[in-house]
Amino acid sequence: MTEAIVEYRGISKFFAGIRALEGVDFKCRSGSIHAILGENGAGKSTMIKIMSGVLQPDEGTILLEGKPVTFSSPQAANEAGIVCMFQELSLVPDLSVADNISISHPPRRFGLIDRRAQVRRAEELLARVRCEDIDPNALVRELSLSRRQMVEIAKALGRDPKVLILDEATSALTTRDVQTVYDLLGDLRDKGVASLFISHRMHEVDALCDTLSVFRNGQHIETFAKGERSEGEIVRLMIGRDVEAQFPPRPPQPPETLRDAPLLSVKGLKWGKRLNGIDLDVRRGEIVGLGGLDGQGQKELLLALFGVLRDVEGDVRIGDAKGIPSSPAAAKSAATRLALVPEDRKTEGLMLGMSIADNLLAASFANISSGPFINPKKAQAEILSGISKLQIKAGSPADPVMTLSGGNQQKVVIAKWLMINPDVILLNDPTRGIDVGTKQEIYKLMRSLANEGKAILFYSSDYAELIGCCDRVSVLYAGRVVSEQEGDAITEESLVAASLNIGIEAA
Amino acid sequence: MQMVSLKRGVSQNMGFATAVLLLLVLYLTYNMMHPRGFSSAVAIQNSNETVAIAFVAMAQTLPVLLGGLDLSVGAVMTLTNCVASLLLNGSPAQILLGMGLTLLTGTMFGLMNGLIVVYGRIQPIIATLATGAIAMGLALLIRPQPGGNVDDDLGWALTNSVWDLADTYGFADGGDAWWLRPFADIPVPFLLVLFVAIFVWLPFRRSVTGRTVYAIGSAEGAAYMSGLPINRAKIAAFTLGGFFAACGGLYLAIQTSSGNADIQQAGAYTLNSIAAVVLGGTSLLGGTGGAIGSLIGAMILRVISFYFRILDIDPLLQPLIEGLVLLTAVSFGAFRTLRVKNQLDLFR
Repeated sequence: MTEAIVEYRGISKFFAGIRALEGVDFKCRSGSIHAILGENGAGKSTMIKIMSGVLQPDEGTILLEGKPVTFSSPQAANEAGIVCMFQELSLVPDLSVADNISISHPPRRFGLIDRRAQVRRAEELLARVRCEDIDPNALVRELSLSRRQMVEIAKALGRDPKVLILDEATSALTTRDVQTVYDLLGDLRDKGVASLFISHRMHEVDALCDTLSVFRNGQHIETFAKGERSEGEIVRLMIGRDVEAQFPPRPPQPPETLRDAPLLSVKGLKWGKRLNGIDLDVRRGEIVGLGGLDGQGQKELLLALFGVLRDVEGDVRIGDAKGIPSSPAAAKSAATRLALVPEDRKTEGLMLGMSIADNLLAASFANISSGPFINPKKAQAEILSGISKLQIKAGSPADPVMTLSGGNQQKVVIAKWLMINPDVILLNDPTRGIDVGTKQEIYKLMRSLANEGKAILFYSSDYAELIGCCDRVSVLYAGRVVSEQEGDAITEESLVAASLNIGIEAA
Repeated sequence: MQMVSLKRGVSQNMGFATAVLLLLVLYLTYNMMHPRGFSSAVAIQNSNETVAIAFVAMAQTLPVLLGGLDLSVGAVMTLTNCVASLLLNGSPAQILLGMGLTLLTGTMFGLMNGLIVVYGRIQPIIATLATGAIAMGLALLIRPQPGGNVDDDLGWALTNSVWDLADTYGFADGGDAWWLRPFADIPVPFLLVLFVAIFVWLPFRRSVTGRTVYAIGSAEGAAYMSGLPINRAKIAAFTLGGFFAACGGLYLAIQTSSGNADIQQAGAYTLNSIAAVVLGGTSLLGGTGGAIGSLIGAMILRVISFYFRILDIDPLLQPLIEGLVLLTAVSFGAFRTLRVKNQLDLFR
């Protein structure tokens, strides 16, 4: 075994007396790709924040190339060659892509930033991540989430890391970009870089990593080489108990002739250049998936249905109501009863600084008010039922929602919308960046909501979810539905083929 | 390609482009209506009246870019105005030293603001409310009564045209040298503001510290995670703000040959500086805009007041009309929301 580049000796970290990491011993080697596995709250984030200088350990020492080090800030860790890509992207939205890529050490002339050299450098790095389509002069705020992640990767590359930490770095990426990242990490490994890879997608870990470490409850459980343990064993190590099948079984669909009229019916939906005539039906009791490469109009479709976009054309029928809702407030009203779990829970889903209770009630004040005032009894009852229905693990409903883990935050978003008793539920990548256990709970919940007679439209960037959860999948390409697949006919191959629109390209 | 980058430049700086257009329209119309429009005399008078607010608006820009407000800019300008009214006389060397000390006073005051905000962890708006009162108090101690003793030659030379400057100090053949002729009619105060903007603001904007100021206003968490020097940038922003405010105070002393610790005037400058910053296309949320825009914004504010003189409007109506015009001008910024197709973009 080659020498460890980073070594933890007895690292502990406490937050207000609560243990986040306890006595962790950990090693990672140069020239390897090392997966860190564990449920949310297992201590992975804390461990990485310590390595990258965001947090300082309360006990223990870190050795870098055999020498003890302390990092007082991310800057110090960066200078030592430890570069981290965080789940919460570290990009500045109002600066350009080129500015962001060279943000802390830009090329200079006469002491001032050399913009041309900076753009050239950005072009080179973007080419290395095969994103020549990104304009270095565009502002980061103009880019989609998946493009931002690629910029983040280019930025990390530009810092010549010795240790590269990827915290859920591929969660919003398209299949093609994921492949690019795999290739890159392979290259870096051959050049002697140590990569630490955190992902909740087992198949990514399996395809990429050579060493795996499992964390649970702030402790390092075990480190082993890939292939030493089966997937089942790994999951058991992570959650400390057995798990049942990942996806709930799909009930048989009635034959074509016996089906109800669709609850949500979309015909020829158009919006700008992004949606070019979408046709789609969702019946009660059905989960319909939206597939395809990222950025083919899936997110815009959900936003359009929810009344967020202006100047949308086309026929939409939701139950008896005709037409597209004019705003989210209209969408959730009694006539249509639409709910949308948005893409970015931190900005669009939650008011992070407010309490769990206030967040839960945010969409349903009409139901719990007597006249203009909130009725505290009704409110309390709703809050408790929301928390118990989704098994949100929270100290008190009065705690700020940002104190919850990612999975529990997402549960709060979902619970908030279930309170309006929606008929149609739109889900925009609801499992992004949350742990296996919570993902399974969400899958189960989706199926039981469908069984209650709700219509669910579900966008996911993870093919396994579409295959496992959906009754039907509509694959989008360039703002149009290019393929509809049903039941057992939904396979990874068929989804990939449809996503790339291979059938039509050939013709 | 050139066209594309121009288009992008305009669309990324919509507020700035609107401000430039508005200023051009207002100022050209003004000159056409003025009996002696498009003359050097009018330009000199106008620029003299604009310099102080232009510098104070530039000073305000930096804290606003960070996402805060500086309520002490007017008071720092007043303090440095009073300091300058004591020091700007004697031999040329003494005068230069006096200028240096004046600018140093404002810069140190800005530095103090920065240190209080960063290490005291106090929000800028409340920290500068307090330090602004302190600056005002110091100004009153220095100059309980308006007055002062500023070198007459200096006052004449810096508030007139380039020819007068050369004439006063006898260089370039007393202003008649052939190479000076193209510039002879340009007002010196205009050049002073331009000089500071080009040689102080632009280099700052292109430094890592300057970029960090923008990054903090846009997403402070991301800036920290990227390993940017956050504290240094905040302190630098307030320090530079103090320097700009001192430029304003220094010029005011030269222009009026006196210092005046006028509390109302300080307050008015502070509030107008915020209006100028917003008019110039800098977002109060931080992260976008710049001092050049604020310069334009300050000019717009002043041009509006010039109209009162040529249109013979009752002085009692001035505040009312100024308020309406300002509200209209700022509303131009809201037009962009009419073009937004994704309503979520309104909240970003």
